Amino acid sequence: MRGTMKKDLVIIGGGPAGLAAAAAARETGVEDLLILERDQHLGGILNQCIHNGFGLHTFQEELTGPEYAGRYVEKVRSLEIPYKLNSMVVDLRAEGSRKIVTVMNREEGMYEIEARAVILAMGCRERPRGALNIPGYRPAGIYSAGTAQRYVNREGRMPGREAVILGSGDIGLIMARRLTLEGAKVKLVAEIQPYSGGLQRNIVQCLDDFGIPLKLSHTVVDIRGKERVEGVTVARVDENLKPIPGTEEEISCDTLLLSCGLIPENELTNGLGTSLNPVTGGPFVNESLETDKEGVFACGNVLHVHDLVDYVSEEAAQAGRNAAAFLQGNLSGRGREIPLVGTDGVRYTVPSSIDVSRMNETQIVRFRVGNAYRNAYLEVRCGGELLLSLKKPVLAPGQMEQVLLKKADLAGRKDLKEITFRVRTQV
Amino acid sequence: MKEIGREEKSVICIRCPLGCHISVELADGKIQSITGNTCPRGAEYAARELTDPRRTVTSLVRVRGGEYPVVSVKTAGDIPRDKMRDCAAALKEIVLTAPVRMGDVVLENVCGTGVNMVATADMAKAPET
Repeated sequence: MRGTMKKDLVIIGGGPAGLAAAAAARETGVEDLLILERDQHLGGILNQCIHNGFGLHTFQEELTGPEYAGRYVEKVRSLEIPYKLNSMVVDLRAEGSRKIVTVMNREEGMYEIEARAVILAMGCRERPRGALNIPGYRPAGIYSAGTAQRYVNREGRMPGREAVILGSGDIGLIMARRLTLEGAKVKLVAEIQPYSGGLQRNIVQCLDDFGIPLKLSHTVVDIRGKERVEGVTVARVDENLKPIPGTEEEISCDTLLLSCGLIPENELTNGLGTSLNPVTGGPFVNESLETDKEGVFACGNVLHVHDLVDYVSEEAAQAGRNAAAFLQGNLSGRGREIPLVGTDGVRYTVPSSIDVSRMNETQIVRFRVGNAYRNAYLEVRCGGELLLSLKKPVLAPGQMEQVLLKKADLAGRKDLKEITFRVRTQV
Repeated sequence: MKEIGREEKSVICIRCPLGCHISVELADGKIQSITGNTCPRGAEYAARELTDPRRTVTSLVRVRGGEYPVVSVKTAGDIPRDKMRDCAAALKEIVLTAPVRMGDVVLENVCGTGVNMVATADMAKAPET
């Protein structure tokens, strides 16, 4: 192993989160930083997301994934931020206040970087078939939706001719349209929940536009075929998500795509001994998006899975500015951290605590609800007092929510013990 | 009693991730009122969706000698919804040669829509082996 390199800031991941974090850190005055990316290009998963709809918040125009990524890659290049491609971080550990990043690539072999601060921006991966407990053989033709997306949009290969998609997450919906436009037949999208996990707009423009049926409260109970998928059996499920006998329907197909959720990729984070939130699969962070290891920040899908890249960029820029403040000694020591607690339908919050003395004038709190609601209210309370109540015509687990907390509302409260976020359904 | 020729249609807006449920009231095929939209883009979308539905199409074109065998493309503007499949089929007829630059026009006036197809990514030449 070579000698140790020293850096003020190492950013792990060159996808949308890593790029925005790096740009913001540089613009806030960090000179000595490095992005580590395991792929051969910057941009991460956006490079295979060739559909449009990105960038409405950030650029006030609709871009495709590669175009959105291109804007940030351009920014990183014009800021002359160094990055290493084909470089895989294999270990991350803390030795006192120093963070040791172990990196591997073909040219340099394995080496260590000692960093004063680290931004975790590793993104997420798809929930695999093994985690879904579908019985049947293990024939060829079963792909996670994102893998199929990579084959089609990057490698120019088709996974099959007749597909069934299990799960109505956005990637599954997008792939239904993609396969159709490439000449395949998508016979069905089956969703075990009584509501879709994807955005409404994607149901309209990816399924309805092409006459692809979406069956809610349905799942795949059997996969047929030994060498290659020959068909699947789909059945209706009851309110406990258990298949109802007698409702089985056989559908012939040669391909099954799974779009059943995303999991933040936190194996490296574990190596730091940082505690993870079992709800999100990402680290707990405070108002500065700093984990419980001082100087280690997290943003984007490694922190919690987002629906919109625009919010990833915004969150990552915040992490980048905070890392800069930390390095410049402008992030004051940790004071009293007030826990943010999600109850009554709010599954988690990011951040999970706030130090009022460290917070900005406003603080975005993002979260997801655990169920679908109509005409409900999102309420924020501290103690018994109602801080905020927002009427929401539609709330769904597939759509991340956010509220803005004001420092002015929280500062000077001596009795501040926790801030609760909840869904109120009754009027 | 319901007025003759009066009807209400519902549209889910696709202009942004909010996905507003918009109601459009029509009388003799003419729009009387639009409700449920959050922004003016929604009203514009709903009106158009009922008279002349249009979409942006994103797809792929083959590339010879590139780092990858395909490059992503889009219609530079919206095209009629019922032309989407024709548009995708027309792209199958094209083979580009690397390098391709983001923004390059890869097909003019796709399917007679008056809209060009443009590349949405750079595609470098494959490194010499």
